[in-house]
Formats: sequence, C-alpha cells, structure tokens
Amino acid sequence: MQKYSIFNLIKNAFSGHQKWDLAWKDATPKKEYDVVIIGGGGHGLATAYYLAKEHNITNVAIIEKGWLGGGNMGRNTTIIRSNYMHDDNALFSEFGMDLWRKMSQDLNYNVMFSPRGIINLAHSDAQMNVFARRGNSMRLNGIDAVLLNREEVKEIIPMADFSDNVRFPIFGGLMQPSAGTARHDAVAWGYARQADSMGVDIIQNCEVTGFDVVGGKIQGVRTSRGDIKVKKIGLCVAGSTNILAEKLNMTIPVETHLLQACVTEPVKPVLDSVVTFGAGHFYISQSDKGEMVMGGDLDGYNSYAQRGNLPTLQHVLTEGIAMMPFLSKLKMLRTWGGIMDMSMDGSPIIDKTHIEGLYLNCGWCYGGFKATPASGWTFAHTIAQDRVHKLNEGYSLSRFNTGHLLDEKGLGTKTWIS
Amino acid sequence: MRSQNEFSYGGDATVKRPELNKEVSDKDWDNFVYNRKSLRGKHKELWQHISGCRQWIKVERDTATHEIFKTVKAHEDI
Ligand SMILES: Cc1cc2nc3c(=O)[nH]c(=O)nc-3n(C[C@H](O)[C@H](O)[C@H](O)COP(=O)(O)OP(=O)(O)OC[C@H]3O[C@@H](n4cnc5c(N)ncnc54)[C@H](O)[C@@H]3O)c2cc1C
Repeated sequence: MQKYSIFNLIKNAFSGHQKWDLAWKDATPKKEYDVVIIGGGGHGLATAYYLAKEHNITNVAIIEKGWLGGGNMGRNTTIIRSNYMHDDNALFSEFGMDLWRKMSQDLNYNVMFSPRGIINLAHSDAQMNVFARRGNSMRLNGIDAVLLNREEVKEIIPMADFSDNVRFPIFGGLMQPSAGTARHDAVAWGYARQADSMGVDIIQNCEVTGFDVVGGKIQGVRTSRGDIKVKKIGLCVAGSTNILAEKLNMTIPVETHLLQACVTEPVKPVLDSVVTFGAGHFYISQSDKGEMVMGGDLDGYNSYAQRGNLPTLQHVLTEGIAMMPFLSKLKMLRTWGGIMDMSMDGSPIIDKTHIEGLYLNCGWCYGGFKATPASGWTFAHTIAQDRVHKLNEGYSLSRFNTGHLLDEKGLGTKTWIS
Repeated sequence: MRSQNEFSYGGDATVKRPELNKEVSDKDWDNFVYNRKSLRGKHKELWQHISGCRQWIKVERDTATHEIFKTVKAHEDI
C-alpha cells in the first residue's frame, strides 16, 4: 500500500496526481470466506480492520448493499464523546477516545479528529445537580469533566441567549473538554483502505438476502450476487438490523426510527465547541467548512424512510433559535435523515447469539459514530475468540431478560421519545 | 385531514400484555416489554389524538412510505 505522506504528495504532484493507487479494490465475492461482515458502515469496516490487524484473520469479506459509508456513517453529525455515567458505557467509550486520538496515525489517514469539547447546558438548579453527579461519576472513571457556571459558559459561547427574559435560562453546563468531532467519511475510507491492504474483500452493491443455518449453526449467507459459504458472520447493519433479524427468526430489543440533521450555509468561525440544549433535544457544532451542523429529536414513529418530515425539524430548530437566536438569520442548506437502530435501554448490543457463528452488533441509537473504533475492536475480538471482551460484557443481548439494563437516561422502553 | 402535530405515537399495536393470573415465563415478559419486529412495510401501531379529542386509535401505516391504509378505534381489530 502506498503511504500517504508529504513526500509521496510531492512525488505524485509531478505526475499530476494521476498515478496514485486506488484506495481499495472493488472486489467480487469469492465462494467461501472465514468471516463475512454484513454492512459496510463504520462498524463493519472497523471490525474487518481489527480482525485483520489484531487477530490475523484476513480471509474476510465486507458485504454492503449500497456503497461504502452510504448509511448512517455518512449521515451523522460526528460528535465524539465519553460523558457517560454508567461504568460499562464510560469505560467502553473512553477506550474508544484513546483509539480516536491515535486514529489518524494508526490508519495513515487524516480523519480530522478535533477534540474541541462538548458542553451540555443546564437550565435549572436540579439539572446542575444531576450534571454534578454525572461529572463526578465520569471523573471516577478517569474521564475529564468540568462543571461550568453561567459566567464560564458565557465566556465560551457568548452568542447564546443569556438574557433573563427566556423560557429556559442558562444556569451552567457540564463540559467534557476532550470530546469533539471528526470527518465521518474519512473514518470510513481510512478503515476501508487499511482493511483492503491486509486482504479484506470490500464488496459493494451486494445485498444479503438470507442465511443458511443448519442445526443451529451458520453455514453460509445468501446474497444478490450469489451464495457464500462461511462459518462466522458479523451483523453490522445498524438501521436494517430488524429486517435481517426477521430472516433469522429472531425478534430483538430494537426498533427502527428516523433521525434528521441539517446544516446551514457556511459562515465565519463563530462556535468552537459542541453544544447541546438541556431543555429538549437540540445540538449544534460548526463544521470546518463553516456550516452550522444541527440535529435533535427522532421523527417519533417507526420509520425506514431515510428522509424526515417537517414537524420534527421545525420543533428542533425552534429549540435551536431559543438557545442561539442568531441562527434564525441563517439559510438552511441541506437536511437529511438516517434510520436508527434504537435499543430498548438506549445502549448497544455487541454479543454472540443463540445461533453458532452469528454475532450481533446493533442498538447504536444516535450515538454509534463515536463508538466506531471501540465497537470494531471489541466486535473483532468477540468474533475471533468466540467470546466477548471485558469491555463489551455489559452490552449483552441477554441483559433485557435478566434485568441488567444499561439505561443511561432512565427513559424506559419508549424508544421514539428517547 | 388533521395535522400530524395533533397526534402522539404509542408504538406497536400488536404486542399483548401477558394475561393476568396465569403462569408467565420470563420469555413472555421479554417479548412483551422489549422484543419488537419493527417491520419495514405495513405496521400496525397506536396513536393518540393528544391535541384533539384524546382518543386512542389503531393505524396501519407503511413504515417506508408513510402511506396510511386503515384506521380504527383502539379496541377494534385491523
Ligand atoms: C442524523 C444522524 C446524526 C447522528 N449523529 C451522531 C453523532 O453526532 N455522534 C454519534 O456518535 N453518532 C451519531 N449518529 C449515529 C451513527 O451514525 C450510527 O450509530 C452509526 O453510524 C451506525 O453504525 P454504522 O456506521 O456501521 O452504520 P451504517 O453506516 O448505517 O452501516 C450499516 C450498513 O449496512 C448496510 N446494509 C443494510 N442491510 C444490508 C443487507 N441486507 N446487505 C448488505 N448490507 C446491508 C447499509 O447499506 C449500511 O451501509 C447519527 C445518526 C444520524 C442518522
């Protein structure tokens, strides 16, 4: 594989950048693999990469029904954080933060990781108390957390509405300074390029249509481009998990819902951290191009539409304008949606299943981008060793049955309001 | 035609609470509380006309196109 470096950049400038190697091959499916990963989003690509890198398993195919990174991986708002209270979530995410910090070097690909900090705003004394508790839990797990008072928040985001004459005045906020954003496409491309270079086949435009299960064991997978023999399958299809689960006669603690996001026209730098509104669902950051990137609530009912409806967008942006009134002056450039695998306790599932050779990775809700490296790393371990790693022990499928839920927000099972 | 804003979602209408005064297995509870098919295509679901007459209704809707095929009162079968 050609290394990306300043020297190679200069060298290739002489041939007008016409002689760079392709970043990855467009593979055609072979008859048989050791492992098939279904879904060429961030989690599938990262899993294949760590299977090859950490476990020396390279006879692997990633099967993607569309194009690489065209699902939620290319639709998210790229927030990366580990500001969780429960140990299982905190330790898993903080392990991921470490992988994020090293990612550009590790993949030899600039993923533009930008630890610009995230601030969750509080709008009441009670909310400040809750944030103090969460911040303390984070610090006990070695994660950075700072409780900011109103004046301190004002210094970082003076453009927010700090007048007293508002429905939800800003009391303060909880900040994780090491949180941030990254370029989502670059993450997908970086993992794809490295996985390909180690021998992984990336097969696009190939839909998985069924499974061969004999005597409770995986024997193969059926695709729109033929049958493939394989003993181990990793399912990484995010918002399509319910569809494939049905083909396996499984009902899972996941529902599929739609989440929208939008960006404004690009403007000069004004906001250098990620900010979330505390009295509803709204969050905002500014992209490197200058666009204000915004999102919030789910559309509120089961959906596979991959595009959203107006009422939710209107509602979310009303919150945004309440928080930062200058937004009302900006023009909206684009809106889009992605279909989310909403789990019943808001936490993911990375586990084996009752079918031998079938491994499940799903339930990412709207927070799976930040989990990409840690999810790939632990899922690769689970597949390669046929047992879960300590880091994903809490993300078991059986926790719903045994009552060991990981309900970070305490919202219960109405996934569409969470 | 009423605005979507007047309605609030109540989830999958096909899940049934296990019957009272009967032996109920953990699996039954699991299926009632957590496990969902979340179908792509025709989906039977509950909605409440919360900013209106407050009636609960059952709706059959396509989860990919949002086309609504049928609506009945909550206690009726679709
Ligand atoms: C609007 C929006 C904003 C978000 N914001 C954030 C954020 O700020 N921070 C954060 O951490 N997370 C965020 N997320 C969530 C995050 O994007 C997802 O949790 C994560 O991308 C899911 O993992 P993935 O990348 O592997 O999924 P995907 O990219 O969706 O990958 C799944 C792939 O499986 C493929 N597939 C499906 N069915 C089949 C089949 N039968 N055969 C073959 N292939 C199949 C799909 O085509 C798809 O490419 C957001 C999501 C959305 C939609």
